[in-house]
Amino acid sequence: MNARLRWRKLISAFMLTMTGVCAVVAVAVLFFILGYLVFHGGRSINWDFFTKLPTPVGETGGGMANAIVGSAKLLFLASLFGVPIGFFGAIYLAEFSGSKTAFVVRYAADLLNGVPSIVIGIFAYALVVLPFKHFSAYAGGFALGIMMIPITLRSTEEFLLGVPNTLREAAMALGASKWKTIATVIVPAAYRGILTSVLLAFARVAGETAPLLFTAFGNRYWSPGFNQPIESLPHMVYIYAISPYEDWQRQAWAAGLVLLGLILIVNIVARFILARGVAVQRS
Amino acid sequence: VSTTSIHVPSADPVDDSRSFLSRLRNGDEIARLITFLFAASVVLLTLLLVYELWIASSLPRQKFGLAFFVTKLWDPIAEEFGALTFIYGTVVTAGVALLIAIPLGIGAAIFLAELAPQKVSDPLQFFIDLLAAVPSVIYGVLGVFIVIPLMRTWIAPTLKATLGFLPLFHGPAYGVGFLTAGIVLAIMVIPYIISVSREVLLSVPRDQREAALALGSTRWESTWKVVVPFARTGIMGSIFLALARALGETMAVTMVIGNTPSISSSLFAPGYSIAAVIANEFTEATGDLYLQSLIQLGLVLFLLTFILNGLARLLMLLTAARGSGTGRA
Repeated sequence: MNARLRWRKLISAFMLTMTGVCAVVAVAVLFFILGYLVFHGGRSINWDFFTKLPTPVGETGGGMANAIVGSAKLLFLASLFGVPIGFFGAIYLAEFSGSKTAFVVRYAADLLNGVPSIVIGIFAYALVVLPFKHFSAYAGGFALGIMMIPITLRSTEEFLLGVPNTLREAAMALGASKWKTIATVIVPAAYRGILTSVLLAFARVAGETAPLLFTAFGNRYWSPGFNQPIESLPHMVYIYAISPYEDWQRQAWAAGLVLLGLILIVNIVARFILARGVAVQRS
Repeated sequence: VSTTSIHVPSADPVDDSRSFLSRLRNGDEIARLITFLFAASVVLLTLLLVYELWIASSLPRQKFGLAFFVTKLWDPIAEEFGALTFIYGTVVTAGVALLIAIPLGIGAAIFLAELAPQKVSDPLQFFIDLLAAVPSVIYGVLGVFIVIPLMRTWIAPTLKATLGFLPLFHGPAYGVGFLTAGIVLAIMVIPYIISVSREVLLSVPRDQREAALALGSTRWESTWKVVVPFARTGIMGSIFLALARALGETMAVTMVIGNTPSISSSLFAPGYSIAAVIANEFTEATGDLYLQSLIQLGLVLFLLTFILNGLARLLMLLTAARGSGTGRA
């Protein structure tokens, strides 16, 4: 009996330790990725990386200035398209809609959120690239914007619903109309949460490559305006990493480090903004 | 008295329209309409996506019908297209990924939810969330520069020496292949399994644990035989979610799977997946049938993830209804 109990306790201790090992392994991956990128990419990051165009094959040096500007442009377009739809859609869901319409909109958003990014790329290709007959920043921004919508919409709605009803009632009791209540009381009360939602959506699409492959396409030179094929940082990482040239691979590490750094910083800032707000509770 | 009692009902509709007008003047109706248009556009975009995928893949549907899914041949020059090799590659890589990710992910979730004090658990969860935010192309880079060389020099030789009698581990190991893609995918989906499973485990009522412990079970027995079974539908939900991610993942798989349309029983062999073939051939596709066959593959991918995500949400709703939130929230 005693031996059996000791055996059971041993099993318990062993298995519980194993779960700890699983957790450590899972988290260690993050530090491994970061460490590896910093180690390999850190050496390749220099002033040229941010200011020069890519060099032709065989010529070492050069940078990714066009990809950095291109990513910024694409993300600007994406935010311009995705954030308003997500934000105002969320206001409709949280403040105006009946439960049936809300269900349909939420369902559509969840569906959209689950669509593989490459399929979003096909959609943007069919809708924007085919009619205009050429790849463009518009098409890439559209694809990324679609991916921002469900993330912004669903979490903004959560945060709007998290605003206590007493605030709504107080504003209405003072004679404010509904939209005035929303604009001056509810949205300001939930602004940290909303900002977090938008930042997380932004970070999510900043690293997307698949929907850009046949929308923004890529471009080794500057791309003036928004109506031409345009380069982006994640696409550059992809092209350079699978290339056989050592100098390109070196730059892929550097670009990967810059990209991951940007995304992690935005993520951390977003969560920090949220953590400092006390009005909105964790869902 | 009688005049007022007649007056009151007739005043009602007047009053109503006035309140509508005043609401309109306030801007409430306008605000409602504007926000409704934005919300409706989400639904319209989603419908449009399904519609576009459907009409843009009509040619292969007419020409090949269901044979598209069971034909191995993919020959752009002869204009013969079959999806079997890509479906095989997608299913095998996702399967390998889940085999690795499920035990690791659930183990880690148990640790975070049951064992670790909140002071340890919350920061670890924060890192897990960051891990879920790492873009797939970065995982691809790591796959190319770390997993592929490791596969060539260490993983494949070790597997061959120990499990080489299985047909799964036969043949030459080039580094790229199903197993490599599966490993990279596993690393990518583990954060999803952990995050969702942890939430589900935390929502298991405290008395379930206490009852098991009071009956003399060890900590592990109460976790494994009481808490985990209680949360199993939600955990299944997290697995479906991870599977949907793994099936649709493009960049990382494209970079490590080898991009060779072949079906092989060996996990070391290079292969191809649905997402990878779309990524590689879409811009080079000449001819409508070729392009539309690729779009049809996209439609397949869409339907697969649609079904899996639906199942995942259903399972998580079921646990949410059962858990009734007495645990740590």
